[in-house]
Amino acid sequence: MVKSPKPPKSEPAGEIDAATGVETTGHEWDGLKELNNPAPRWWLIVWLMTIIFAVGYWVVYPAWPTLDGHSKGVAGWTQYNKLQQDQAQITRRQGVYLQRFHVASFTQVKDDPALYEFARAGGAVVFKENCAACHGAGGEGRRGYPNLNDDDWLYGGSIDDIHTTIQVGIRSVDPDTHSTLMPAFGAILQPQEIDDLADFTGQLPQGVPAAPSAAWSRGQALFATNCVSCHGAAGEGNQTLGAPRLNDAIWLYGGDKKALVETITRARAGVMPSWKHRLSADDQRMVSIYVHGLGGGE
Amino acid sequence: MAQLFEKAPKIYPRRVAGLFRNLKWAAMLGLLGIYYGAPWLRYDRGPHVPDQAILIDLTGQRGYFFGIEIWPQEVYLLVGILILAAIGLFFVTSLLGRAWCGYACPQTVWTDLFVWVERFVQGDRNARKRLDEAPWSLEKLWKKTLTHAVWLIIGLLTGGAWVFYFNNAPALVDGIVHGTLSSDVWVWIVSLTLSTYFMAGFARENICKYVCPYARFQSAMFDRDTLIISYAQERGEPRGRHKQGESWEGRGHCVDCDSCVVVCPMGIDIRDGLQYECISCGLCIDACNHVMQKLMLPKGLIHYDTETNQERRAGQIARGEPATRGQMKWIRPRTVFYAGIISLVGALMFGAIVTRTQTDLNIIHSRSPQYVRLSNGDIRNSYQFKVLNKTHFDRDYVVTAEGIAVRSMELLAAGDVVVPSLRVPANSVGEFRVQLVARSGQVGRKAISFHLMDRDSGKAASHVSYFIQP
Repeated sequence: MVKSPKPPKSEPAGEIDAATGVETTGHEWDGLKELNNPAPRWWLIVWLMTIIFAVGYWVVYPAWPTLDGHSKGVAGWTQYNKLQQDQAQITRRQGVYLQRFHVASFTQVKDDPALYEFARAGGAVVFKENCAACHGAGGEGRRGYPNLNDDDWLYGGSIDDIHTTIQVGIRSVDPDTHSTLMPAFGAILQPQEIDDLADFTGQLPQGVPAAPSAAWSRGQALFATNCVSCHGAAGEGNQTLGAPRLNDAIWLYGGDKKALVETITRARAGVMPSWKHRLSADDQRMVSIYVHGLGGGE
Repeated sequence: MAQLFEKAPKIYPRRVAGLFRNLKWAAMLGLLGIYYGAPWLRYDRGPHVPDQAILIDLTGQRGYFFGIEIWPQEVYLLVGILILAAIGLFFVTSLLGRAWCGYACPQTVWTDLFVWVERFVQGDRNARKRLDEAPWSLEKLWKKTLTHAVWLIIGLLTGGAWVFYFNNAPALVDGIVHGTLSSDVWVWIVSLTLSTYFMAGFARENICKYVCPYARFQSAMFDRDTLIISYAQERGEPRGRHKQGESWEGRGHCVDCDSCVVVCPMGIDIRDGLQYECISCGLCIDACNHVMQKLMLPKGLIHYDTETNQERRAGQIARGEPATRGQMKWIRPRTVFYAGIISLVGALMFGAIVTRTQTDLNIIHSRSPQYVRLSNGDIRNSYQFKVLNKTHFDRDYVVTAEGIAVRSMELLAAGDVVVPSLRVPANSVGEFRVQLVARSGQVGRKAISFHLMDRDSGKAASHVSYFIQP
């Protein structure tokens, strides 16, 4: 689309460019002259308004560096204050639930879906900050660190059991901690005996074989002498002692022969800190509810 | 001294009557009628659901358009409407030029209305000009005050009508009358009142010239067969004043009366040819036809025409042949292309609306952890279910899994409450955790599908997911 050039409105003060009929500003560079095509008035007004706005902004908000910091602005606005206000608002909103949660028992929380979801959301945050380093982001665990999603619990899987374990830790500095230890059988049994015992233990989940081999029978005898007091006659474990169940499909340190030989020879003694003094009481209870709700809670 | 700015001269469009002016009145009445009236239409959707025919319920996260209900999950329908609107605009522009700008654009319609108010109170072009130039007097004061008061009232009605689309209109009117509205609503009403007052009262043609992107990029939709407002140069020139009884021999039909210039709401002279300011409203055609009629000359010195026709006529005249009537070429690659896109998107939208289901199921397989080995050797996978119940009734869904031998399936509602079936209240989304215990007999990922069945209606929804076994 063609726009016809507009003739200058007022009496031209400068020279008129022959080709366009537009007044020049009088500035010349190597024969090129600058045309005086003024901006529309509304544009100028908007531009001036932005300048006025900027000056107002300097007065109201922190803006200019000074020798001892920066100008503060009359509104007293700082990012830190804003953060504190936002956090205070969040705390106020959480407060409604926190008050209820603080006085509610685990059973009462379980019976109140809204409160339960609040506790679980809070517990998820506590878990990610404190527990995920060892147990994994989703509580999936890894070798030596139990998977919290499954139905196998060393010290019990009820909310109360989980809560106790979180409070006292495992082999921690807490006086009430879970402190039982498995002896290292490398100093007690002969290598051949340990080998037989590992064979036997590895087959526990499959039950009694139809035609037991000689090694299996030797292992059974060794198991009865050395292991049943803690792990039970059928290897069913003992949650009071924290002795793992051995006749299931879950192995904390691996269920293959090599891993089992190592476990029996040198024993295992995983540790978990006590969270009693690291987390607030509410956080300890929230994270208990979260772990219990991962899928394996009893 | 260089000028700091270029003053935009104020435009005083003169009154004009004729075919295109009538079309513009009709378009204005129709469009304003729709804008102000549509929120008052009712449409019965049953209990617990709003009965406003057109409603965007932001807090409830629903869009209502008569029988169509749009959920946030179906925002693609909105995208479809926007695509249709955009391509529709392109299509109309390629056929008829800037018909949207001249007749239907809110900026044009409200400016037209405001100019009408101005004329009603202050008189026509010359009277308004005189009033502006005159020193302040009692007459000028009341005329100006009345004009601006009426503008503000129209602005208030415009802003008021806007909020009706986002809330139940009768309830809002009640809230306005009794002053019980939230400040949010007032912010919208006041800002739209002021923007209408400013845009239609003061900014007017500057919006089209400086602000509107569409005005600038629509030349891309033009071709030589697009209808534009054109001045028949070969017939009009050489122009000049004409005394009654003078011969028309050797001169053009344009009598240089400036009628086409003074009626133009954009303040241009159409005889200078096609200009980016021209919004194709046709008022100069009406003005010129009026003059031609008085001079007993044929109408159409200024008319809607295409560049192709203009050039052909110019050629015929140059060769001394009689000029033939213009031909309109409707079917061109450009128009066919736009029409094709409109049909395609329209058909997709129609299909989407017709096949819209009342129940939707979305499933996310939990990935942290992807699977859990249980004591007895079984594998458990967890899923997040989102069930959309778009009906207006509470529904109870039974879940089944297909493609795997299920050992057990646990449905967990909010609060980890084990439920026998998924109960979703009317017109809402239900969220559940589903724990599936199975042995797929296949290492890795196995595709399975979940089916929902509504206990009452027997209607079903399905979603494909997977099961992971180490």
